[in-house]
Amino acid sequence: MGASVDEKVGPTGPGRAAAGETLLEVEDLEVQFFTRRGRVQAVRQVSFSIAAGETLGLVGESGSGKSVTASALLGLVELPGRITGGDVRWKGQSLVHDAGATLNRVRGREIAMVFQDPMTSLNPLFTVGAQIAETLRRHLKLSRKEAKARAVELLDLVGIANPAQRAAQHPHEMSGGMRQRVLIAMALACEPQLLVADEPTTALDVTIQAQILDLVADLQDRLGLAVLLITHDLGVVAGLCDRVAVMYAGRLVELGGADALFARPGHPYTAGLLRSTPRVDEINERLVSIEGAPPDLVRPPDGCPFAARCPLAHDECTTDNPPLETHEEGREVACWSPFAADV
Amino acid sequence: MSATEEITPGQVEEEEHAVEAEDALFGRPFELSGAANPRGLWGDLVRDKMGIVSLVFLVVLAAAAIFAPWIAPDDPNHGDLSSSMLPPVWNGGTWSNPLGTDWQGYDVLSRLLYGARTSLFIGIAVVAVAGTFGVLIGLISGYKGGRTDRWLMGWVDVQVSFPGLLLAMLLIALVGGSVLSVTVILSINGWMVYARMTRGVVLTVKERPFVEAAEMVGSKSRRVVMTHILPNITTPLATLAVLEFARIILAEAALSFLGLGVQHPTVTWGLDIARAGDHELFGNQWLILYPGILLSLTVLAVNLLSSWLRVALDPQEREKKFAATATAGGAGAGTGV
Amino acid sequence: MGRYIVKRLAQGLLVIAGVTVFVFVVTRMVGDPVKFMLPLSATEEQRDARRAELGFDRPIPEQFVDFLGDLTRLDLGESTYVRNQPALDVALDYLPRTFQLVAFGMVVAVVCAVPLGILAARRPGSVVDRSLTTLSLVGLSVPQFFVGFVLLIVFTVQLRWFESGPGPWQKNLVLPAVCLALPAIGRLAMVIRSAMIDELNTQYVKVAKAKGLSQARVVAVHAMRNAAIPFVTLFGWEVIRAFAGYTVVVETVFNWNGLGFMAVQAIQNNDFFLIQAIVFVVAVLVVIISLLIDISYKLIDPRVKLS
Repeated sequence: MGASVDEKVGPTGPGRAAAGETLLEVEDLEVQFFTRRGRVQAVRQVSFSIAAGETLGLVGESGSGKSVTASALLGLVELPGRITGGDVRWKGQSLVHDAGATLNRVRGREIAMVFQDPMTSLNPLFTVGAQIAETLRRHLKLSRKEAKARAVELLDLVGIANPAQRAAQHPHEMSGGMRQRVLIAMALACEPQLLVADEPTTALDVTIQAQILDLVADLQDRLGLAVLLITHDLGVVAGLCDRVAVMYAGRLVELGGADALFARPGHPYTAGLLRSTPRVDEINERLVSIEGAPPDLVRPPDGCPFAARCPLAHDECTTDNPPLETHEEGREVACWSPFAADV
Repeated sequence: MSATEEITPGQVEEEEHAVEAEDALFGRPFELSGAANPRGLWGDLVRDKMGIVSLVFLVVLAAAAIFAPWIAPDDPNHGDLSSSMLPPVWNGGTWSNPLGTDWQGYDVLSRLLYGARTSLFIGIAVVAVAGTFGVLIGLISGYKGGRTDRWLMGWVDVQVSFPGLLLAMLLIALVGGSVLSVTVILSINGWMVYARMTRGVVLTVKERPFVEAAEMVGSKSRRVVMTHILPNITTPLATLAVLEFARIILAEAALSFLGLGVQHPTVTWGLDIARAGDHELFGNQWLILYPGILLSLTVLAVNLLSSWLRVALDPQEREKKFAATATAGGAGAGTGV
Repeated sequence: MGRYIVKRLAQGLLVIAGVTVFVFVVTRMVGDPVKFMLPLSATEEQRDARRAELGFDRPIPEQFVDFLGDLTRLDLGESTYVRNQPALDVALDYLPRTFQLVAFGMVVAVVCAVPLGILAARRPGSVVDRSLTTLSLVGLSVPQFFVGFVLLIVFTVQLRWFESGPGPWQKNLVLPAVCLALPAIGRLAMVIRSAMIDELNTQYVKVAKAKGLSQARVVAVHAMRNAAIPFVTLFGWEVIRAFAGYTVVVETVFNWNGLGFMAVQAIQNNDFFLIQAIVFVVAVLVVIISLLIDISYKLIDPRVKLS
């Protein structure tokens, strides 16, 4: 029979990167949506990278382009959108240009995605076990029996009680939290090196949220997994992430280590986000929000996208878009007056 | 299409053209952000060329049908063998028989015009009768609820399962075919859709919170329900009526074709297709094709009109549908089947 | 599941009961079956004699009871057109020919509609898609008997590839089957297209792609299975409509001697009992097909609660 299931799958499997090695490189990524209103520039010149074993949090409000960025990594941008510029490289190979074969190899096997809504992410007509087994058979060439057994193991791994029973159930027989666990199990089935989680906890209630995040952290430790966590919730980011990237109106406006960024935000938008997050240890009389609204992405303004709402804006801000530059060790900010905002 | 293909400028334009061209075919409502299309609703309706063409066609046909006794070259049942098989005017014929005559000497154009009268009349009549009855039953069933509802809908379910055409045939065989019997029988077979639809609307309205609120305030819920049913019913009823109209025209034609519908000397296209089919299959096949093509065009126009109507009467629906399909790649389900 | 089948069968019996009552009312009370059966030249005495013979002169309730009694013995009278054979037997004799037509026609319809629908769904707004929608609309609007004639004219008269009337299926069933299939292809393809467009946009299809499954598997397994639900509904409807009506027209145009053709013959020959028998056979058939469709839902969609 040859290699056992664990050998086929295990952490010492072929192609695994050493800790610290850069796995994913996103360079000047541009995604546009061709709608009847015009071309929506959802993602504009976004660049970042993720190394093996690290957790990057991608933060932003709805409409900032973070989910689109995540979808773009695996070539899953839906019509009417498409990648119109830039590149995404996985271990040096492009996932955008001439990428058919590479994507087939990488999707589900080396990069896995967990999407936002557990209620709709599973096919209602097939059992949960079958949907997990599917990916095992596709990538790892397991036999039906092996795949079935492994699926049950995975359900156990993500903390589902009675995994054998559950594997034979259909999605509608499970709660939201359980389905999310199933999705995580499915994503991790082939022990990928990068897990992209798009708002994995938004659709769940708070207690379940905590459990899921703990689960992800735990699995990360055990499997040496790199994680790209997309969320609008700063609390989630603070708990889990090594580095943080902040997106606004399709652009990346700040990138840096999580602790440093929270202690001393570089970009006024980040400062604004932190300010508006209610804190348990402070008594605020009113909730603070950032005034104004994000710009129209069909006709984005010339200068900095945040200029209209920024308390520190000056003339240069409205005419020239500040590039994402390294202002300090490990801190990149796209602002003409970085580190100047109050928290 | 995958987002990872190389994008050339040509491809981008092609995509934009596809969206535009599709608009022209199906006629889209106003843009999602109104400012981008100042012409508004009417402008977009006019942009639905198919819809406008259909409307014009049907108006002309209706006019021709109404005025047939004045504009037809001849009495459709008047003819003799001496003037049979005359060619149409572009083939050496005369203007007194622009489309020629058939083997019995009947003028083709006149028969087409009088046939239009019959078909359009029966269509409207059946829609009116079946529609009225069906809506009434639906209202009663939906409003009363309970046992009345169960019985009425049970009746609907049972009748819906009847083999319609065969029963119609049996009935007409016993009663004799005529415009009246065809109208009555097609109505008997066709009221159920209206009942179901109406009942659906009534049930939806009944569940709305404002009905409960009105009751609490003391107004008669019946009046509240009735006032709100009417506007909610107009759109689906109109669309349904138009589609049924098309179906009735085809049904009458089929019955007449089988000899079980309208009888000679009343003129109808179905009957003419049957006569010509019997007599001229190996002869002048145009005698089969004229009524058939006209019949098909009429039904096609009615179907296109129903799609146009949906835009006109319920732009919200279309917008929702558009928004859903825009992210799918910009295609609706056409004229709804 | 078993309980469900029993319940649906009971409903079906109710429908047949409804048809029974309806036919009885219509044939005994609204029309005059004897007038229908005898030639116009018959005298009043001859009619009365016939009435007495058949028991149509007795009070209605009595007749109804007798009628029901006959039904349970499957005695639907004797056909006059087919030389005094039991009407039910005659009807059942011709049923297989209609089955052939509908089977062939539906196979053609599905084989054409599914790929067309999928193709259109994968490229919405494209030339293929728009052509399909237009053709489907035309298919809906052209009366079937006319399509039949056009086919006859082109392929039988002008080109002489096929023949009409009863005969071997290669020569004689192709055209009628295509004629029956054409409007169905239009409707079925549109349903597939619309369902597939919906499916290809679902989250779980996106997830399936993210898992790295091949495009073929995503479409054929994940998307199609879900799209099958509305498809099966409409397919069932098409089959029912075919049996309940369209075959009459198509068989008449092409002289294909199945049940529909016989129905027309029965009427033209004033064979009251035969047409009555045919109506019953078809009603029962429709009920059975409806039941089969409902059962197939449960097989496809585990969420369905049959109640």
